[in-house]
Amino acid sequence: MIKLRVNGREVSFDGDPSMPLLWYLRDELALTGTKFGCGVALCGACTVHVDGQATRACITAISDVNGRSVTTIEGLDPDGNHPVQRAWRTFNVPQCGYCQSGQIMQAAALLATNKNPSESEILNVMSGNICRCGCYQRITAAIKAAATGA
Amino acid sequence: MTAVHVAIENVSRRGFLHGVLATGGLVLAAEFVPMRAALAYATGAAKFSGGVVSDPHVFVAIDKSGIVTIIAHRAEMGTGSRTSLPMAVADELDADWSRVRVKQSPGDEKKYGNQNTDGSRSLRHFIQPMRQCGAAMRHMLEQAAASQWGVDIGEVQAQNHEVAHKPSGRKLGYGDLAAAASALPTPPPDQIKLKDQAAFRYLGKGNVSIVDLFDITTGRAVYGIDAKLPGMKYAAVARAPVLGAKLASYDGTAAMKVPGVEKIVVIDGTPPPGKFQPVGGVAVVAANTWAAIRGRDALVVHWDDGPHGAYDSAAYKAQQEETAGKPGKIARNDGDAEQALASAAKTISAEYYVPTLAHAPMEPPNATARVADGKCEVWVPVQSPGNTQEELAQKLGLKRDDVTVNVTLLGGGFGRKSKCDYVLEAALVSRAMGGAPVKLVWTREDDLHNDYFHAPSFERLDAGIDGQGHVVAWRHRVVAPSIRSIFVADPKREQPGELSQGVIDVPFAIANLRCETGEAEAHSRLGWFRSVRNIPHGFAIQSFVAEIAHALGRDPKDMLLELIGPPRLFDPRKSPGAEGYTNYGEPFETYPIDTGRLRRVIEVVAEQAGWGRQLPSGHGLGIAAHRSFVSYVATVVEVAVDDKGKLTVPRVDTAIDCGFAANPERIRSQIEGAAVMGLSIAKYGEITFKNGRAQQNNFDGFQVARIDEAPAITHVHIIPATIDVPSSGVGEPGLPPFSPALCNAIFAATGKRIRRLPIGDQLAS
Repeated sequence: MIKLRVNGREVSFDGDPSMPLLWYLRDELALTGTKFGCGVALCGACTVHVDGQATRACITAISDVNGRSVTTIEGLDPDGNHPVQRAWRTFNVPQCGYCQSGQIMQAAALLATNKNPSESEILNVMSGNICRCGCYQRITAAIKAAATGA
Repeated sequence: MTAVHVAIENVSRRGFLHGVLATGGLVLAAEFVPMRAALAYATGAAKFSGGVVSDPHVFVAIDKSGIVTIIAHRAEMGTGSRTSLPMAVADELDADWSRVRVKQSPGDEKKYGNQNTDGSRSLRHFIQPMRQCGAAMRHMLEQAAASQWGVDIGEVQAQNHEVAHKPSGRKLGYGDLAAAASALPTPPPDQIKLKDQAAFRYLGKGNVSIVDLFDITTGRAVYGIDAKLPGMKYAAVARAPVLGAKLASYDGTAAMKVPGVEKIVVIDGTPPPGKFQPVGGVAVVAANTWAAIRGRDALVVHWDDGPHGAYDSAAYKAQQEETAGKPGKIARNDGDAEQALASAAKTISAEYYVPTLAHAPMEPPNATARVADGKCEVWVPVQSPGNTQEELAQKLGLKRDDVTVNVTLLGGGFGRKSKCDYVLEAALVSRAMGGAPVKLVWTREDDLHNDYFHAPSFERLDAGIDGQGHVVAWRHRVVAPSIRSIFVADPKREQPGELSQGVIDVPFAIANLRCETGEAEAHSRLGWFRSVRNIPHGFAIQSFVAEIAHALGRDPKDMLLELIGPPRLFDPRKSPGAEGYTNYGEPFETYPIDTGRLRRVIEVVAEQAGWGRQLPSGHGLGIAAHRSFVSYVATVVEVAVDDKGKLTVPRVDTAIDCGFAANPERIRSQIEGAAVMGLSIAKYGEITFKNGRAQQNNFDGFQVARIDEAPAITHVHIIPATIDVPSSGVGEPGLPPFSPALCNAIFAATGKRIRRLPIGDQLAS
């Protein structure tokens, strides 16, 4: 039996231990904010926090998060008002929106450890997250704003 | 008989996780005939299935509390039409946007009009009907208030969610009037008065965020892949890897041993031309997505490849090149280009290549279906819900009314999700599972292997220059397979609709101008990709103009303006051979080719970008302009290439003339995104084939631009236009000028001319 916390809630799973956290979240817990984009950690759409660290859920087996604490986009802030989420709305970042959960989780993890990242630090950390619509310049602007509280 | 309006649930703001799956909506009388729009200017909308509907009884519901619910009938894939069209209704209705909710319609073109969200048509075809819809509803509210007060309608006015009687100062909110207003017949068009532009609250302002913004930023927005039904099964499919391949045999023993796998279902393929039918394959149905994928991967499948099993894209390109060296079939023939080339003082020739591309929307194709009890219901990310309903009915032998297509948000589309093959697959599997609901998901590998690919194009251009340095001859040969090959027996060359995307409508003032097509067979499924054939055509033409400028020692912008010539209306249909010019399905009278407007975007972008400005060493500016989807776009790219050949894009400027700009904020986002997608195509975009099989599997082999290499800033310059200027395309037209502008900039920076995309390692030194 695998036990973990997801968004502060204790959950357990006794199915296939090799199941990626992504599909556990989506299919078993119906937490569909975490997205499938590539399945091999190339696009970042599935980014969640595991004990606060940005993690690609698509290549993380559920057995690897036994006893650990997972935060998804649904649990980032109780009211959806994390500074990154607010900045995303201020800058009207999304187009189709599909990759944005992963982008926001990656950005939130960055700002949790680096309160005022430089532009090159932002670009470096966010380069694992693909946006096919091409919202990148707004993502950069939103992260800068979230960092400065603007 | 008119509709009864009832309070309906909101799906746009509250963000129920599965709100889109809930039932409910407008209650309409069965014999209801929707009012058709009377338009100030003609568009091609009527030619599309379902045409245009503008009746508020179809699109607007107001509840007692005054909440206005507006139907969005087009799919939302990131362009913003799900916000912008309801915004047009709300503006004419003079509704307070904070009390507006948007509800997505199911697929039903008889009721809502055309829903095929493609061809950059949503605002172009529906801004007028949606304005009329809102204005009609406003009139009905005023009528209801006037009746209640016993006064003339001329004495009342709707404003900001209430109707006021000026002489007495009485007021009634929209919620108070909803029942009475909804019971009124839709006023005839001659009673509907549209607002003056000065009275707009939202149109043209860019002051409204997309309705799904909060839900997207909190993970609550529902895409197709997020659908969930009680008792749902999950499916993944091993598909025919080669065009027209047939299933020879399969062994599912190992697949059935994967924990969670429940059943194997064979999906029959359709031989080419397969239109939107499944390619055929073996589906593994399981208790969750992971088990379905593992089971699918454990299948042992043998295919009879058929005639396309020898397809090799490198050999094919060589054949295209050879074909381009020979005369082809005439597609346009002004004057005598052959004679003019033969007698020219100087000739310039160049060949350009854009390879096969894949759409790769971030949300791969997927569908959730339930086929039971003689009915089919699907929850799907589709660009064409109306067509999906038709195709499902045909495939399943059901009546159209027994097929319900619920439309979710689309995680990108770019043309891929116009083709509903993946929906048909899910429906067939659900039927084979005895009616259990099935969610069928394509992996990224599936998506790249079985796309409706953007066709590879090889193009040769020849120009003749006279003794005074004027271009007197232009010959353009296009060797590319046709998208028509998915619908009819392969015509083996680009067709008029494809050649109308930049080739035969090239608006250059050159007396001797000839366009030809060469034979090229289709060896994969082909389909339209954002801006379609304008990508290779624009790349070839706009690169070649800069090459001519260089050969003549001219400034590329001046050369481009000289070739375009004076402001005029240019009609390609008057040129021999080009009579079939399609103008994106639009009447030429409404949407002519106006070289004055093309010149203006060039002049504006050149000025805004500081064309000719001093640049650091290793930097260069390039310019390109292209009319597509009846909009005019010009782009200036600033590139920097370092001594190792690494390129970066410090700045992009794009000017767009799309007529009246209904939602400037979303126009900017589309143009910003087009620069990123253009960079992806230019730097990386290529699918290759060996043994008939696509060779790229994921975002490592098929790379796309990431944030650390994207243009640092894209400045968007929207040409101002009044509401009288017909709105034109936005989603696609930003893409074609990017690649040639980039490559022209690279030439300016380095002296290296890129004629073959992707750029790849061509700049490495």
